[in-house]
Amino acid sequence: MPMQTAPRAPAVAAGRREHVTTGGLLGFVDRHADLLFPAPAVLLIFVLLIFPLVYTFVLSFHYWFLSATSTPRFIGLDNYARLLADERFHHALWHTFYFTALAVSLETLAGLGLALIFNRNFPGRGLLRTALVFPMMSTPMAVVLVWALMYEPTLGIFNYFVKSLGFKPILFLADKGIVIPAVVLVDMWFATPFVMLVLLAGLSSLPIEPYEAAVVDGASRLQLLRYLTLPLLRPTIVVAVLFRTISALQTFDHIYALTGGGPDKASETVNLIGWFQIIENNDMGYASTILVALFLVVGVASLTLLSFRR
Amino acid sequence: MSAMFARAAAAASSRRRHLGRRVNRAVGNTLFGLLIVAVMVPFLFPLYWMIASSFKVQAIISASPPVWIWQPTLQNYVGILTKVPFFSYAWNSLVIALSATVLSLLLGLPAAFSIARYRQYALASAILIVRILPGIAYIIPWYIIFSRAKLIGTYPTLILVHVMVTLPLTIWIMISFFEDLPSELTDAALIDGCSILGVFARVAVPLTLPGSMVAAIFSFNSSWNAFVSSALIGGIRIKTLPVIAYGMRAEYSLDWGGAMAAATVIVLPVIIFTLLVQKHIVRGLTFGALKG
Repeated sequence: MPMQTAPRAPAVAAGRREHVTTGGLLGFVDRHADLLFPAPAVLLIFVLLIFPLVYTFVLSFHYWFLSATSTPRFIGLDNYARLLADERFHHALWHTFYFTALAVSLETLAGLGLALIFNRNFPGRGLLRTALVFPMMSTPMAVVLVWALMYEPTLGIFNYFVKSLGFKPILFLADKGIVIPAVVLVDMWFATPFVMLVLLAGLSSLPIEPYEAAVVDGASRLQLLRYLTLPLLRPTIVVAVLFRTISALQTFDHIYALTGGGPDKASETVNLIGWFQIIENNDMGYASTILVALFLVVGVASLTLLSFRR
Repeated sequence: MSAMFARAAAAASSRRRHLGRRVNRAVGNTLFGLLIVAVMVPFLFPLYWMIASSFKVQAIISASPPVWIWQPTLQNYVGILTKVPFFSYAWNSLVIALSATVLSLLLGLPAAFSIARYRQYALASAILIVRILPGIAYIIPWYIIFSRAKLIGTYPTLILVHVMVTLPLTIWIMISFFEDLPSELTDAALIDGCSILGVFARVAVPLTLPGSMVAAIFSFNSSWNAFVSSALIGGIRIKTLPVIAYGMRAEYSLDWGGAMAAATVIVLPVIIFTLLVQKHIVRGLTFGALKG
């Protein structure tokens, strides 16, 4: 680095390192703060995150079972060919998209409704807003237990209401046609408050002048919502949808705990089949391929959504 | 006299009009109140049902129609605390979450300070991109390496894989707090002869303590809730609370009361933390992207 022992120029020239620096270690730290401060974190993140990512990518071109004593064997694109022909993967991909589309759209609508309600002033608002945060902070694996109890076909409270309305009990988690909407409902419980809080933050920072002008011009409440609030809120909505899509595509905990991918693989998502390849088959090469595919899906979805921002 | 009557009559009619408006408003308020109840119930009922069922005996849990008033019992709590070595699992979760949080703050605070001060936003984006990638993809290599090195089920390895999540989270939350720090304050300290290290330690960190608190609570929360990394890297030796909760689910839960008691104990600290950070929750959840 320049400027070490040379007599210091007046403070004007030296820019942000203008202040008097002492010698020794402290001085060194001071002069290179912009490199040294982030260095440990960056190093750890590199080792912990970037290296495994590269490793996973490389592994996706190999044939390798963890339990075997053999070393990984390079097989080129074989794993990818296998993936494209794998019906289990096709179904999982479809379930992932179906789950994500249903969950994110419902959560956005419900979250917008909640945000509009909580944007008004009413007694107890702060308290209720805090209470809405409980679901998304709560431990998924723990709360899923109460959802399992409520969905239970014979002793669950949902089927009590279903029966008292005169219908036959529903096998929420054992019916192929209902299992994904049932899991989406649980996801809505976890994530709608997130959308609501993000949109509420957006609503509270909207400018007030356009509203005054519109009210003077005699705009109705519905017109205000349709022609002012929604367009102005659009960037915030995109942020909320982006965050939700990224995590919905990778939803694991509540699907795995509630259904285990069943009944008969009807709720298996890409993340779940990746997990099964690791846990049940120890097929590390193919598991890596599945996860690279998931990564591509998440990446493409994120970029697509970001292009809607403007 | 007649003027007085006229005034009284006018007042009465205006009162009637006011009354009409007031009735309208009362109806509106009642409807709005009902709407609020209607939107709150779905979010609070599962938590209520979890806590309520944890105080019920099995016969009452499986009763149909549901029982709304019952003699509360502590037997489920006694059951999980004696039958399952619950404390040792809670201890595992606590040690790992606290260590991951402290480590993330120690490394994350200087990094975030530097990113905010020297506008190293490319670095910040790189850290964020890394965070949005599927979590299991990072776990595979560590699972392989730790399996081979026979390090599955040790505290340090588990803490490290949790730091993968909590460190980027801490950095991102803290960038937004350091950015909010008025530059006059740091510049004044520099002019007074303080070093960058001094500015960081004596000005920036003390003034952003609420931010560190938010980052710490979100870190703790994500470590406490983590399942995939804990299950894989913890193996059979170190089990955390979410892993135990999953185990209860996999047993086809004959003991619903015990499961509800366990779930309540696991969720309780998280709910307390939520109350502590409620003001900054949006910032925490969006990685500092939005300041609610």
